[in-house]
Amino acid sequence: MTKKMILAVAMAAPLMIALPAAADGDHRAKAIAVIKKDFQPRGQAGLDRLAEDGVQAICNRTGNKPPDYIEKAMTADQLATVKYPADGKLLGDWKEGEKIAQSGRGFTWTDNPGLPVGGNCYNCHKIAPKETSFGTIGPSLYQFGKLRGNTAETQKYAYSKIWNAKAFNLCSEMPRFGHAGALNEKQVKDLVALLLDPESPVNK
Amino acid sequence: MKQNIIGALCALAVMGGASAQSPKKPVAKPSTKAAAAPAAEEKDAATLEFEKFRAEMEESNPAELFEMKGQEQWKAKRGPKNVSLAESCDLGQGVGKVEGAYVKMPRYFADADAVMDAERRVVWCMVEKQGFKFDDIAKQPFANETFTPDITNLVTYVATHSRNMKIAVPLDDPKVRDAYEVGKEIAAYRAGPYDFSCNTCHGTDGKRIRMQNLPNLSTPAGAIKGVQGWPGYRMTGGVMLTHQWRMGDCFRQQRFPQPKYASDAVAYLLTYMIGTANGQVYKGPGIKR
Amino acid sequence: MADPMKIRAQLKGDVAEIRVLMSHAMETGQRKDAAGATVPAHFIQSMTIDVGGKRVVDGQVGGSVSRNPVFGFKMKGAKAGDKVVVSWVDNKGEKRTDEAAVA
Repeated sequence: MTKKMILAVAMAAPLMIALPAAADGDHRAKAIAVIKKDFQPRGQAGLDRLAEDGVQAICNRTGNKPPDYIEKAMTADQLATVKYPADGKLLGDWKEGEKIAQSGRGFTWTDNPGLPVGGNCYNCHKIAPKETSFGTIGPSLYQFGKLRGNTAETQKYAYSKIWNAKAFNLCSEMPRFGHAGALNEKQVKDLVALLLDPESPVNK
Repeated sequence: MKQNIIGALCALAVMGGASAQSPKKPVAKPSTKAAAAPAAEEKDAATLEFEKFRAEMEESNPAELFEMKGQEQWKAKRGPKNVSLAESCDLGQGVGKVEGAYVKMPRYFADADAVMDAERRVVWCMVEKQGFKFDDIAKQPFANETFTPDITNLVTYVATHSRNMKIAVPLDDPKVRDAYEVGKEIAAYRAGPYDFSCNTCHGTDGKRIRMQNLPNLSTPAGAIKGVQGWPGYRMTGGVMLTHQWRMGDCFRQQRFPQPKYASDAVAYLLTYMIGTANGQVYKGPGIKR
Repeated sequence: MADPMKIRAQLKGDVAEIRVLMSHAMETGQRKDAAGATVPAHFIQSMTIDVGGKRVVDGQVGGSVSRNPVFGFKMKGAKAGDKVVVSWVDNKGEKRTDEAAVA
C-alpha cells in the first residue's frame, strides 16, 4: 500500500521541485552504485537490507526534510501499519519492559537470529533513573507517564510510536521496531508499561 | 625504598588488573542530584573522569608495541618477490617515505587508478610489490585477541609517523573531491531494518550512545575526534584496530551487511570523514577502553 | 622469542620515572575463545628491573594483570646514562630481556 501511495505522489509535478539539484543527485546515484557493488552478505545481514524502502528513499532524497504534503500522506501510511493487540490491552509488564529496554541485541551479523531482539532503548534515551548509562540521541523518557498521565490515548500513542516511529515524524531517527519485525506485540506492551505504568520506576 | 617500589608495583599490578576486568560501562558515583539534574551535568562529571583516565593511558599506549612490529615489517624483505615496502612502496610522498604520509591520505594513486586510504594503499603495495595475495590478506584482515595481522602493524607504523601533523587530504584533486562527495552521500544513506545511516549517530553535536560520546563527523572539530582514535589500541580485549576496521563495525551496528575489505565504499567514506578534518592536528595512534 | 618491550626512563630532577610497556597475551587460563574452548594460561610470573647495575625490583606478577601490561614507578638515586635492564619470565618458561638508558 505504501509503495502505491509513493507512486501516486511521485507522479505529481511538485515533487520534482522538492528534490535536490541534479549535481547532488549524481553523487547520490554514484553512492548507491558503490554501495551495491562493495557490500557482501554476512550472517543474517543480507544485501536486501541495502535497498531503500519508500520512507528511506524519501528521507534520503530530501535530507530528512520532506515537503509537508509528503510528510502528511506518508506518516498516515506508516500509522496504518501499526498492529494493535486484539483485546485492546496495551499495558504489559514494566519489569519485563526494563529488560527489553536494556538489551541491545539483535539483527546484526553477529547476532543469533533465533534469539529475541532487544529494544536498544537505553542506547538513545534516559528512562528509569537508576540507569545512569543512557544515551542522548533521543529525548529523555524519564517521568513519561507522570507528565502525560496513564490514559488510553497516551498508551495508544506510546504503543504506536514504538511500533512505528515514522507514523508521527516521517524521518525520525528512531527505528520502526514493530514494523521491522524486531519487537513483537508483547514486547511493545511491556515497554508501554515501562513508560506509563504508575508503578514503573520511570514514574516514581 | 625497595618496599616503596614494590608497593608501587603491586598497586600498578592491581590497576593493570582493574583495566583487564574493567566493564565497558563504568560505575558512576551516585548523587542525590542525579535524578533531578539535567542530562548535561551528569555528562560533565562522567566526561571528566573519562578524560582523566584517557590521559593516564595515553602516556603508555600499547600501540607502540605494534608500531615497533610494523617498523620491522616495513623494512624487511618479504613476500614471494622478496622485496621490502621501504624500498618499493610509495604512500604518496615518495617511495619508502612514511613521514606525513598518513595524514595526506586518502589520495588518488595513478598507478592503481584509485582513491585509496592508508590501509588500502599498504595492502596494494603488499600485493603489487611484494607478491602477497589479496585474498590471503582479506581472509583475516583485522586483529582479534590472539592474532594481529601484518597489515595492522604496518598501518600503525605508518600512522605513528604522522603524529602531531595536520590532516591534509588533497581535496583540490577532482578525483579526491568526487570521492569526498560520494562518501558524504554514503554517510547520509539510511537503510536496513533500523533506518540507520552514519549520520543517525554522527551527524549532530553533543550526542552520545549509552556512555560513548559520538563525534559529529560533519564538522572539522568533530571529525578529528573520530579520526585521531585510529588506528587505536582497544583495552577491552587488548586489540589493535584500524580505521578500516571501524568503518565495518559501524555498518554491523547499523544492521547493514558488511563492506568489502579495502573497497571503494570504505575509501570514499574515509575520504569524507578524514577530509572533513582537514587542518586539524592528528594525535593518533589512539587508545580506547 | 617473545616480542620486545618498550622502556622509557626519564630523570626529572633527582627522581627517575621509569615506564615499561610489555608485549604479552597475559591469558588467565579462564577465558573461553569464540569456539568455546578454554584458552590456556599464559602470563608473566616474575620480573626484575636493574638500574645502574643494582637490582631495584624483584617482583611476582599475577594472572590478573591485563594484556600488554604497563609498569611504571619512580625512584631516587639513578643517574643519566644508567642502564635500565628489564627481564621477565612467564609460566611457560618463556623469557624476555630488554634495556634502555636513563635519559
